[in-house]
Amino acid sequence: MPSSLAIDMRGITKTFRNVRANDRIDLSVEQGSIHALVGENGAGKSTLMKILYGMYRPDAGTISIDGETCTFSTPQDAIGRGVAMVHQHFMLIPTMTVSENIILGSEPVTGLGRLDARKSRADIDKLASKFNLSIEPDALVSTLPVGLQQRVEILKVLYRRADILILDEPTAVLAPQEIEKLFDTLRTLRDDGATVIMITHKLQEVMSVSDHVTVLRNGRVVLACETATTDMATLSQAMVGREISARSRSSSPPSTEPLLSVDHISFVDRQPRPHLDDISFTLHRKEILGIAGVEGNGQSYLVDLLTGMRQPTSGTLRLHGHGSALSHIAHIPEDRHREGLVLDFTLAENAVLGRQREGQFSGPLKFRRRGIADFASTIIKQFGVHPPSMTQRARMFSGGNQQKIVLGRELTKKADLIIANQPCRGLDIGAMEFVQQLLLQQRDSGKGILLISADLSELLLLSDRIAVMFEGKLVTILDAGTCTEYDLGAHMTGASRRSA
Amino acid sequence: MNGAARILMLKGAGVFAALLFSLICGGVFISAIGKDPLQIYLQMFSESLGNPYGIGQILFKATTFIFTGLSVAVCFRSGFFNIGAEGQLMVGGLCIAVTGFSFAGLPSLLHIPLCILAGMAGGAAWGFIPGFLKARFGAHEVINTIMLNFIAAALISYLVNSVFAVPATVHTPPVGHSAELARLESLFSIFKGSPVNFSLALALLAALFVHYVLSHTRFGYELRAIGLGSRAAECAHMNVGLLTMTVTTLSGALAALGSANFVMGYKHYYEIGFSDGAGFMGIAVALLANNRPLAIPFAALFFGMLDYGGLTINTLVPKELVNILQAIVIIMIVLSMKLMDRWMPQFEKTSLPAASNG
Repeated sequence: MPSSLAIDMRGITKTFRNVRANDRIDLSVEQGSIHALVGENGAGKSTLMKILYGMYRPDAGTISIDGETCTFSTPQDAIGRGVAMVHQHFMLIPTMTVSENIILGSEPVTGLGRLDARKSRADIDKLASKFNLSIEPDALVSTLPVGLQQRVEILKVLYRRADILILDEPTAVLAPQEIEKLFDTLRTLRDDGATVIMITHKLQEVMSVSDHVTVLRNGRVVLACETATTDMATLSQAMVGREISARSRSSSPPSTEPLLSVDHISFVDRQPRPHLDDISFTLHRKEILGIAGVEGNGQSYLVDLLTGMRQPTSGTLRLHGHGSALSHIAHIPEDRHREGLVLDFTLAENAVLGRQREGQFSGPLKFRRRGIADFASTIIKQFGVHPPSMTQRARMFSGGNQQKIVLGRELTKKADLIIANQPCRGLDIGAMEFVQQLLLQQRDSGKGILLISADLSELLLLSDRIAVMFEGKLVTILDAGTCTEYDLGAHMTGASRRSA
Repeated sequence: MNGAARILMLKGAGVFAALLFSLICGGVFISAIGKDPLQIYLQMFSESLGNPYGIGQILFKATTFIFTGLSVAVCFRSGFFNIGAEGQLMVGGLCIAVTGFSFAGLPSLLHIPLCILAGMAGGAAWGFIPGFLKARFGAHEVINTIMLNFIAAALISYLVNSVFAVPATVHTPPVGHSAELARLESLFSIFKGSPVNFSLALALLAALFVHYVLSHTRFGYELRAIGLGSRAAECAHMNVGLLTMTVTTLSGALAALGSANFVMGYKHYYEIGFSDGAGFMGIAVALLANNRPLAIPFAALFFGMLDYGGLTINTLVPKELVNILQAIVIIMIVLSMKLMDRWMPQFEKTSLPAASNG
């Protein structure tokens, strides 16, 4: 049976100032299929999708939905034609219940304008059972795990009668088990006749769930085919434009010399449950210790304790070899915009952030501009920051180059311990490779690295051992050479403990 | 033209457009009361800017505004919204007056610095309080600085009326001649009659000093860091609390210096109500100057002109109209800055050579 096209975008072109984000892109999506849209950061995926759901207007090109040509000026227009976006960062109100969130913006009301709770409840129940998306309608969103919050987002767009769903990197925040559930949901939706477009850059996911795939690079379509006719190597080559060098973990074993000893530390504040509960581990020189865990299970508190931002309620931290802890830690913070950089400072000013008191950068009062400039240009050269302008504000650099500034500042410290918190989050493949290589080099040169990451394949690739955190506890430490994403996932969701 | 110069020009154009638009809006109000806006504006400009006496008056008004503007700006740069310059100005003024009349007869070379230090100390103490409350307890500075304004006003009103006042007046006894700052007319006779005095030089020095501190010292770097990215500053192990207290103390001292203009340079005594909103005007001045210390004297001149210009047309239009005009100018400036913020990143992107995208 020849299937009809739910979406047919032809010759879509969009230029921002001097950057052509979309260049004559054609995208055809069959009705009732799952279509993966793949590409590196900046390849034009988001722009194309924003055009599809009415956030941007294209400079040229046409959009047809179910065979009819449409022009959308706002997302409301798009949703009127059944096109809706499930955002990567959930647009939910945490203090409201599931059903309140779902109906938000299109609340059913009785004749007098009173909220028709019974009707909304019935509608939600119907949707949930139809698509097999079980959920507790009266639960507060803030109490739900991330996977269920995403389910609420999906129900929200289904409630608005969308039959074309765009999902923006939907797996970025999920544990492997939750990803499987999400994929089941997507398959159910597809089998029911809905059309799904999934933006992603994880190729295993493309292979496992999608029917068709379109690869974008530099604003153009470089590959469009049925998923069954391609493979991961072809896709990754299309995506990056060259072959990806096979990366592998360093072969030399870690040193047995301990660098950081964490001994029974706990951290409690006014919350009834401790944020950190009796955590102990040892990090050795020449070792990368990965920390896995679903976000919010204590990782950020652990980092705060190690970097001296908070003091443990009990237990001790010991950094071997050096006295003062703070000055001997290189810290790559989780949020480079808020924590790693002052975005409105120049590159040079950011290069000495936290190091401004070092003798080469300032005297007791006055700044040594010369020393700072020299140091900034060293970072630019050594880490390949582009554009190489030390007077440009950090805000104006791309994510990868911002991270290079942070790395340049932190890794040139005389520090033996490196705390890398989500160092590759939001970076494209090229920058990611660069950062990962850098971390491996640092490890081989004798440093100890604590690597916190939500990307399990990254943890498996780089770490020597991986510790899993769940509800403030360190559940287990696994040997990265022998464990799988599934082992990690089981510990991350607490499943291993419940079954035990 | 290089990018930076272009951006500066665009920002200047934005401010200019805001001023022009405010004059037009003001014109509507003037027309509404049946006067000719052009004639009123002409009178205002010629009587204030058109003769040395008027310019002297503007400079006198601007002197206080420079100090209060600097006080507000230095706080804003560190992310602290200081609404308390008014109170700091009053406290500083009283300290100067008391030191002035208590130690009359000291050599000027000793007495003048002593008075200035006393004023700075008073303002600094008043500025330290909200800084401490914020650093120690996280108490919001806007509430606290406003409340401290009320406390300063009430306390000083009591002290002047019940303790220091010359009977049947609302002012203190005069400071000794040794504590008087000379008027500029003693050097430049064209300013004859206008109260502009040597505290203007002090104000300009203060602007240079604040600029130097902000741009060339480690302390300035750290205080800008807490202003632009407090979380990043914390992560960089800066002592945000100590920095905040230091900034607010410095800010209080700067505001207090503004009172020297009146107490040491003009009336030579402390008079209740002398500040007349100059502390609040500091907020507008800092805003117009975008918190850049070197731009503050210019912004202060502008508001000085508006203030004195208002006086010159007092007989033609109600004083309220001048207040309205001033408020419109401030609103327009705020608007133009928001618009600039929205447009500027794009200008910046196109004017930089190879900014990478992605």
